[in-house]
Amino acid sequence: MVAKKGGSKAEDAVEDLARVPLQAILLADSFTTKFRPITLECPKALHEHKDRRRKDNNAVMTMVIKQSKPSQVTRQTRLGTDELIMAIDPGTKQLLYYEDKADDLKGTVTLDKAFLAENPSISLQNDKQDCYIDICTPEVLSLFTDNFDYQHLRRHFVKGLLLDDIMGYKIFTHEIHSSYAARIDNFRSYDSISKDIIQRWTYPLVPDVQFSINSAARLERHGIYRASDIAQSRSAQVGPFTYIGKGSTIGNNTVISNSVVGDGCKIGSNVSVDGCYIWHNVTIEDGCKLRHSILCDGVIMKSGAILEPGVVLSFKVVVGQEFVVPAYSKVSLLPQPVKQDSDEELEYADSNSGIISTTNTLENGDSTNDLSEIQYSASSDIGNGGRGFIWSISEIAREEDWRHSVAPIPAQKLIELTQAVYDDLEFPDQDDPLLPLADERESATESEDDTRDESQYFEREVEATFLRAVHENVKEDHIILEVNSLRLSHNMALENCASALFYSMMKLALDTPHHSATDLVKNTNDVISRWGKLLKPYLQGIDDEIEVILKFEEMCLESGKEYAPLFVQVLHLLYDKDIIQEEAILNWANEKEDADESDKVFVKQSEKFIQWLNEASEEED
Amino acid sequence: MENTYLSVIFHSTKSYIGLKVVFFCHSGPFRILVKRSFFIEDLIWRELLRHIGILFIHHSIIHDLSNKLLGVIFIIIMPDTHALVNDFLNQLKKRKIEGSKATAKLTAELLRSVISQQRIPHTNQAGALIQAIKAIGEQLIAANPVEVAVGNIVRRVLHIIREEDLSLTTASIGGLSLHPMSDDEDNVDPDDLSAAAVAAAARSTLRAPSLQTLLEGVPHSAPLHQSSSSAGDSEEKTKSTDKNSRSRKLKHHVIETVNELIRDITTCHELIAEQAVEHIHHNEVILTLGSSGTVIEFLCAAKEKKRSFRVFVAEGAPRYQGHTLAKELVARGLQTTVITDSAVFAMISRVNMVIVGAHAVMANGGVIAPVGLNMVALAAQRHAVPFVVLAGIHKLCPLYPHNPQVLLNELKSPSELLDFGEFSDCMDFGIASASPLLHVVNPAFDYVPPKLVSLFITDTGGHNPSYMYRLIADYYSADDLVLQQRPTS
Repeated sequence: MVAKKGGSKAEDAVEDLARVPLQAILLADSFTTKFRPITLECPKALHEHKDRRRKDNNAVMTMVIKQSKPSQVTRQTRLGTDELIMAIDPGTKQLLYYEDKADDLKGTVTLDKAFLAENPSISLQNDKQDCYIDICTPEVLSLFTDNFDYQHLRRHFVKGLLLDDIMGYKIFTHEIHSSYAARIDNFRSYDSISKDIIQRWTYPLVPDVQFSINSAARLERHGIYRASDIAQSRSAQVGPFTYIGKGSTIGNNTVISNSVVGDGCKIGSNVSVDGCYIWHNVTIEDGCKLRHSILCDGVIMKSGAILEPGVVLSFKVVVGQEFVVPAYSKVSLLPQPVKQDSDEELEYADSNSGIISTTNTLENGDSTNDLSEIQYSASSDIGNGGRGFIWSISEIAREEDWRHSVAPIPAQKLIELTQAVYDDLEFPDQDDPLLPLADERESATESEDDTRDESQYFEREVEATFLRAVHENVKEDHIILEVNSLRLSHNMALENCASALFYSMMKLALDTPHHSATDLVKNTNDVISRWGKLLKPYLQGIDDEIEVILKFEEMCLESGKEYAPLFVQVLHLLYDKDIIQEEAILNWANEKEDADESDKVFVKQSEKFIQWLNEASEEED
Repeated sequence: MENTYLSVIFHSTKSYIGLKVVFFCHSGPFRILVKRSFFIEDLIWRELLRHIGILFIHHSIIHDLSNKLLGVIFIIIMPDTHALVNDFLNQLKKRKIEGSKATAKLTAELLRSVISQQRIPHTNQAGALIQAIKAIGEQLIAANPVEVAVGNIVRRVLHIIREEDLSLTTASIGGLSLHPMSDDEDNVDPDDLSAAAVAAAARSTLRAPSLQTLLEGVPHSAPLHQSSSSAGDSEEKTKSTDKNSRSRKLKHHVIETVNELIRDITTCHELIAEQAVEHIHHNEVILTLGSSGTVIEFLCAAKEKKRSFRVFVAEGAPRYQGHTLAKELVARGLQTTVITDSAVFAMISRVNMVIVGAHAVMANGGVIAPVGLNMVALAAQRHAVPFVVLAGIHKLCPLYPHNPQVLLNELKSPSELLDFGEFSDCMDFGIASASPLLHVVNPAFDYVPPKLVSLFITDTGGHNPSYMYRLIADYYSADDLVLQQRPTS
């Protein structure tokens, strides 16, 4: 999806999307060696999407998936992503559940009971790979505008959409079989996808077919692609699976393998290049050694410089003579920003997506072309005569460096990774029965106090809103709207609103000056008849009503002791005003039957009323 | 004129709108009613609405307004050649067009519309046309160098232009040469014979050096360009009115001949199939590999002529088009046996003839054919089974397989062989040496050398591989063999 990355561009994209409906976009073009999107039509998925959309207006998105081996190691080493588990309705292909295991629950899936009850057929799949290519309707963009806190397309947006049952938006999946689809998300996937392209999985999107570039390369034996006008020394060895761009020169005894060399590069003698991505117009002087690195446009490597695996050199960086750039370092012409918030952004970029950090460097490179000469010539961060700063990354991110770099994962880490997978597999056996369900578990992890505080705070907020409404004579609709937004922001259920509103009403009645109990009942009557309507939207069922009774009970015991003797009267009043149905009252009474004596005070008090209700209902029968 | 309306009915077949139309609409002192015709695509429609202050009405209202109407104009927006060419280029690049026949036909149709829209200067008309076609042809060939049919058709069209131009010039030269001799006589009856002779002579110079021309001792004349242009120049001095008609004539003739070419391409299957009875006899066993439209037609034509024979179909991995061929043959009532590609050698001793289609036929008689055919040809040779190749004339390529321009093969996506999902762990680049141990190669074509081919059946009849160069000399002119212009530096 294009629109996601540039948040502000979303609006612009709406029009485009509406007009040229929706092309899947593959962010992989390692041969122009830039992150440039290539549009590929995927007619079948698009067709399906449109069809569905015509039938169901809520089908907002179609996610392209493909089969993959269900091995976490492979996924990690291929695309740098975690294992993915999704639940799909086998009939309609609707996506019901999505867990990319970025959270800590490794090896286990926890599904809500209700989730199983709602969907008669679910197929849980862990052998699917998310291509991160989605066909979306314009609604998706507006969803992003509404929910500005959606940071991550999958973790926030997809999960949010799946959990949110108010709007009823649906996500569907489309599985591709023989075709290839992928999206570059970090340096590791950049590496993997580039290699897939060289191995022709993306045919006809391969370098020897003229596609976005004008000069097509020729494919030679051992997967070597050669563009025109290459000057290569006889003693140079260009190894397998390599692309050499137009007009590049390669010196004596140079060895290049598994690499991509862009247009107009000058590679000197006795250079060894392995698994590197060298963009356009890069100069590499004699005797350099490069392994598994990315060199952006215009980089100069002075003679004898060495790049260790995982290095990324940004635009126009100069590496000094015989300087060894340490593994996984990222070098840019711009000094690293020190502000707190940008640090966070960096961390985010490193741990989640290489694209962001690359675009950063892209901008940097462009904007500082002129400045760089003066400002950074003195910097010797990167060797004698070098230009550029090594960006240091916080300790946590450093741990993750190896995950998302173009360098192969070190053997030791790989063992750890496999070990971790096996450990995880054992994990569920130990305490499986004790594991609570997803939702409960979530709340259980938070301390009880927290939730208590939260609900009290919520009640106070609702009360304040209600009082303000009473004083300023705000319309009921508006109050409901405000209470709704409060509910969402505090993550409360409907019944919480009902009880909170009811509480504030009773409080209002209590606070109104009164002299005797009868006065109080009268006040209550006034308030309820004036504002009772507010409770309607929140009293969806018997349970909500019981909640209100319980709340009142609690109030009588604690804050509003004055109500205690009047319990029956108020209950009767609520019954008369149709706020609480008899069924709720009877249920409440039934529930209380087994309770302690102290809890039964009010049940006893209202015994007569209940009896009357029972008789009335029997009569009706 | 306030209440006069002009109804404009747009008609377009291609999604392109010329600004001319828009400008025209602006300049009218009328209010313009536009009835939306079926053929207008959404994009054009929106463009129109944006550019012209038009009144959009329902077509039924036009009848009510008809007394107020000033007139009805039909505007046919011609498809823009540039857009057409780009469209075709894109399709070629994306490998959306498959099969040499379809490609050849589309190419010929595209070139026809290019010719019909090409503006031609007064002098050196043929040169201008050739230049235009060459420029486009070069792009087309570069877009999919493996599909040689594109290049073949481009060269054919160039040849047609040269031929037509030549016959026109010789005709006019013949006419001119008559004038001084017969001053007083009316030139009702120009000397047809002499003109034809000149044309024939000139035509033979067009061809590649062949045995015939050597024997006849006709010297290689100067390049055609000069002769034709000088002829044009001399003509210009004498007759200026002739030019218009001539340019129209040239275009007309060329388009006529290209139409014929397109007809030839469409009917080549039938022409080849007509010869089936001569080659397939009773109770024979025929072996074929993969699927080819020509082969289906050929076998079915023999079946229709009441020949009873059996067909062995090798499935043709990795695309297994043999399966569809088998289905097709069974539907037509032919006794069919499906075998794997690897079983070909085991079965070949029972086979009377191998009949296959080709991707392209090179000038030396070698065949570029679907992968696996070289193996079949070798097996056939071992058991002295005739190896017959069916090829429409559009598959005839004037190049030799050793020419550097010829791209013999194309490696297709490995996904035809393996499922990526199943093998994703073998494609792992993140571990160890970062280069995967598994490499899948999926070449599309085989090269079958001429000595393995017994017979070519084209729409002009059966030919030996060694005769191919002669056929090619008939269809192509030597000047066009290399289309790529040298980089001008």
